[in-house]
Amino acid sequence: MRQTLVLGRVNLRGVRFQSILLRTIIVLLLAVGAVLVLMPMAWMLSTSLKEEGAAGQMPPQWIPMDQLTVQIEGRTCYIYDIPVDGVVRRLALLQKKGATGTFVNPDNLEERYQLPVDKGRRVSVVRLHWENYPKALTSVPFGRYALNSLRLVVITTIGVLLSCTLVAYGFARFRARGLGALFIVLLCTIMLPPQVTLIPTFVLFQKLKWYDTLLPLTVPAFFGNAWDIFLLRQYMMTIPLELDDAARIDGCGPLGILWHVIVPQTMPALATVAIFHSLWSWNDFFGPLIYLKSQSNWTVALGLQSFNALYSRKLQLLMAASTVMMMPCILIFFSAQRLFIQGIVISGVKG
Amino acid sequence: MAIAVRRPMTLGRREAIWAYVLISPWIIGFIIFTAGPMVASLFLSMTNYDVVNPPTFLGASNYVKMFTQDRQFWHALRVTLTYAVVAVPLGLTFGFMLALMLNARIPGVSVWRTVYYMPSVVSGVAVAILWSTLFNARFGIVNWVLSWFGIKGPAWLSSPDWALPALIIMSLWGVGGGMIIYLAGLQGIPTTLYDAAKVDGANAWHQLRHVTLPMMTPIIFYNLVMGVIGTFQYFTNAYVMTRGGPVEATLFYNLYLYFNAFSYMKMGYASALAWVLFVIVLLLTLLIFRSSAAWVYYEGSLKR
Repeated sequence: MRQTLVLGRVNLRGVRFQSILLRTIIVLLLAVGAVLVLMPMAWMLSTSLKEEGAAGQMPPQWIPMDQLTVQIEGRTCYIYDIPVDGVVRRLALLQKKGATGTFVNPDNLEERYQLPVDKGRRVSVVRLHWENYPKALTSVPFGRYALNSLRLVVITTIGVLLSCTLVAYGFARFRARGLGALFIVLLCTIMLPPQVTLIPTFVLFQKLKWYDTLLPLTVPAFFGNAWDIFLLRQYMMTIPLELDDAARIDGCGPLGILWHVIVPQTMPALATVAIFHSLWSWNDFFGPLIYLKSQSNWTVALGLQSFNALYSRKLQLLMAASTVMMMPCILIFFSAQRLFIQGIVISGVKG
Repeated sequence: MAIAVRRPMTLGRREAIWAYVLISPWIIGFIIFTAGPMVASLFLSMTNYDVVNPPTFLGASNYVKMFTQDRQFWHALRVTLTYAVVAVPLGLTFGFMLALMLNARIPGVSVWRTVYYMPSVVSGVAVAILWSTLFNARFGIVNWVLSWFGIKGPAWLSSPDWALPALIIMSLWGVGGGMIIYLAGLQGIPTTLYDAAKVDGANAWHQLRHVTLPMMTPIIFYNLVMGVIGTFQYFTNAYVMTRGGPVEATLFYNLYLYFNAFSYMKMGYASALAWVLFVIVLLLTLLIFRSSAAWVYYEGSLKR
């Protein structure tokens, strides 16, 4: 509160009060919104750590809990906290007849009581079922999928960085007849819906016998993409030309200038392109869906989609697998938050 | 370079050669993966190509059939446009309001920003699976939240009436992406404008209406164009969560195109669908651009 008072720009008492009120309302609204925004992920995480019976419970259980049971006479019996003559005792429910149950002391099986079941409460303890993760990841070859996805991410990211840097450098630093017109063509392709080229491209890759290999997904990355070229070119335009001149005097050719001046100066934009492209490639579903057929070539996205069909009833496994797929994105986000914000500023506002 | 030794090139010529060498990856890629396929798909759209047999030329009959006999085509178009008309403006509004709130001097700005932006970094199949369980009628937490307000939620994804609204609600989870772009724009508005407005006696509402909003129109415009284009690419969620159902309630245009091309193997017809999609997107974009003269304010441009 003290801080907001100091920050208040207007000194009139009434206005200041109004702005504190306004800020309080804003924070309250944001907090309510934040709860709603975080709830899906929280539910996913908690469900991924539950035992099977607790996963689909309503109302939802936010902390994974197991109901305590004990084996008596070859039967699984639930443990209850139930009052006996005014004292709460921890007993196992052996048998139920109507509203009354036969409760037994698990430590002394001779000690039995006939009690109304609804007076007692099943005992639960917090238990995180980490084993859901290995279970989910080994029920289908997830390691294989992850490896394919990773290969795709690494190769295409390298391809995009290489090709887009060269092309952007060409557009940013050189003059030639027709270059301006070509740049406009490039900008137009950003707006071009990919479906228009989809089918002939598919046929082309099929004729090349590249169907069901990673090639249709990796090779195009080495020919640049309009959006990233545009972003890098915009960024390179802000680098002072004097730096190029200095390098030229030191004897650098065009590639020397690119390597010693442009690339180091463009690092933030390159990092942004790398991060956004990796995320996009990791999450891409459409490309792998149409080009990859055999299971051994599937990516995580394809694997998860078929896992969804197979294991839709094992909610805890499904959520564990989904968590694993989302985790790299979230980790990258938290480790490179500044770049995210920066990248959006470059691409979004100046565009 | 051998030529250069014999007859020294002019600097301009050498520069031009370098330029074309550097951009050659894109030029080659453009010819192989964009220009060539565009021409080819225009040709295929006038054939009955099915991958197995060589294409037979049919003229405009794919297009005639699409407009006169294909009920599903019109339906897919309606679904997609409904989504565009509801989800895009809703997303723009929520994103803008969030950005306004986060631009105020409130404690913990970076934490709020992180929380609201995080959903936009995850996307694809995992998110689609997560939301299909959230919308589950029996154990989904969407209906649980609604029950706090005494509302008995519908069966969402298995109801023809509620499947599309469910996808629209889900899209709001990702408004953080737009929010960040607005936030960057808000921070770029010169404070002198607000100072000037205050001197003129403008209150908070007037400042929002006459300074913030006009200055933000280029960014709103950008998000609008991208949102509309994005709607015509909508695929993964509809494919994973509903497969276009129930009863075609979520048969997005792109999904219908996919089914034609890769399930029914009607590649010729799918190409025609793609070209119609292209024309629609082009017309919509032009429409938005044309309208922009009336409501988008560019600094330094003179109002006619």
